[in-house]
Amino acid sequence: MSTQNHPLELPEGSPLVRFSGVTKRYGDLTVLDNLDLDVGAHEMVSVIGPSGSGKTTVLRMLMTLEKIDEGVIYVDGKPLSHMERNGQLEFANEKYLRTQRTNIGMVFQQFNLFPHMTALENCIEAPINVLGMKRDEAEERALNLLDMVGMLEKKDQHPTRLSGGQQQRVAIARALAMRPKVMLLDEVTSALDPEVIGEVLNVIRALNSEHKLTMLMVTHQMGFAREISDRVCFFYEGKIAEQGTPDQIFNDPQNERTKQFLSAVLDAN
Amino acid sequence: MEWRWDFTIEILPRMLSAMLNTLLAAGIGYTIALVVGLIFLLGQRTKFRLCNWIVRECVEFIRSTPLIVQLFFVYFVAPQFGLVLSAWVSAMLTIGLHYGTYLSEVYRGGLEAIPRGQWEACRALNLSPARTYFRVLIPQALPASLPGMGNYLVGIFKDTPMLSTIGVVELMHTANALGAETYRYLEPYTMVGFMFLIISLPTAAWLRKFERYVGRSMGITK
Ligand SMILES: Nc1ncnc2c1ncn2[C@@H]1O[C@H](COP(=O)(O)OP(=O)(O)OP(=O)(O)O)[C@@H](O)[C@H]1O
Ligand SMILES: [Mg+2]
Repeated sequence: MSTQNHPLELPEGSPLVRFSGVTKRYGDLTVLDNLDLDVGAHEMVSVIGPSGSGKTTVLRMLMTLEKIDEGVIYVDGKPLSHMERNGQLEFANEKYLRTQRTNIGMVFQQFNLFPHMTALENCIEAPINVLGMKRDEAEERALNLLDMVGMLEKKDQHPTRLSGGQQQRVAIARALAMRPKVMLLDEVTSALDPEVIGEVLNVIRALNSEHKLTMLMVTHQMGFAREISDRVCFFYEGKIAEQGTPDQIFNDPQNERTKQFLSAVLDAN
Repeated sequence: MEWRWDFTIEILPRMLSAMLNTLLAAGIGYTIALVVGLIFLLGQRTKFRLCNWIVRECVEFIRSTPLIVQLFFVYFVAPQFGLVLSAWVSAMLTIGLHYGTYLSEVYRGGLEAIPRGQWEACRALNLSPARTYFRVLIPQALPASLPGMGNYLVGIFKDTPMLSTIGVVELMHTANALGAETYRYLEPYTMVGFMFLIISLPTAAWLRKFERYVGRSMGITK
């Protein structure tokens, strides 16, 4: 078994998230190739790289939207993709996934708000039904979060009545309402008109600086990645080709691929 | 043959009470079909492959045989295997199952029109499968399914005359009986046609209004 070298638990003081030798294939196509990736508590890690390099896939695997093929993903020291059975790791079943998945929240490129619920209803649905919160308590928390993202006034609006930027801010509040330990952001500004990108980036800035939330963010916005990240990972063909501080990656890239990618992206802007 | 108003008025009470039976049959049959359709839909989407396959085959089988054959089978053949059901029960069961298969397809179309991201959001929020279906997916599938659902409501209504063949005393059955008793056919059958018309037309118009209302009130259309 490919999980033999993987411990049942990570030792104290290990990073909050660890991908250990993770491989994901779609048919013949290897999308993640023996990937190792750590994200420490309170760390802001950006993922950049060319289209098709596996950036979204990393987030989808961590969100447990799909199964990985090899390796193990750990969150908070415990296996996420796998569970222990008779002293061995085996693929996690749905029941186990449901206990672990609450640690992780995700914000999508296309927002994916529930269109038949108001902004507030979007933010209390899961806290009430998954975390078992009382309605009053869930609403109070949701209102605080909507206030934090600047959407308190629109709490009773349905998503169809909101701009893209507003919808995305509600989606961030909805994910935060579940109190995840790690937030995953997949190109959260890519579907937005340029003039509303700033309002969403401001929310993410606040999450980073005031709340010190652990975040793993896929982005095409190099300026933002450079400004906000503790670490930047450059993905190429399902692997991390290079990683380092924003300064190292953007000012002094070592890898040829990184240099090519950055010059292509910076030329385009 | 001349139209006789006195005869028309004489048979009107019997026709109207038969009309009530027709409406009752359509209403009950449709209600059963709505629920059966949901069961057929969910029964094909479980995590048990065998269950999905069995339900799928049943749906295909029921869909590809005529309603009247099923009706005769349940009412005339089933008793020979020890299953004796009254005309009404046979009728409701058969219509419910038959139209349930159509409605499950309507629901399925509605579900498949929902973007994949909705399912992903449910999973990311850790909602249970039941919550995912009943709180998020089905309510969104509803507006897209309503036109199809409306068509089958009218469809069931228009199929109720078939029930006369197994002795359910609805409009057609009553018109047949009146014809046999009085040898006058013009008035009874004309009245049947007219009564269907005055129910069908406004229902269809009301359904369209209802579709718009639902879309708006759910906030899905502006
Ligand atoms: N469900 C799937 N079935 C088959 N192939 C898939 C599937 N999902 C992703 N892929 C493939 O996996 C590769 C990586 O996809 P991924 O979405 O992770 O790329 P990405 O780095 O996020 O790209 P982009 O910048 O365009 O969003 C792509 O080649 C894609 O076509
Ligand atoms: Mg992507």
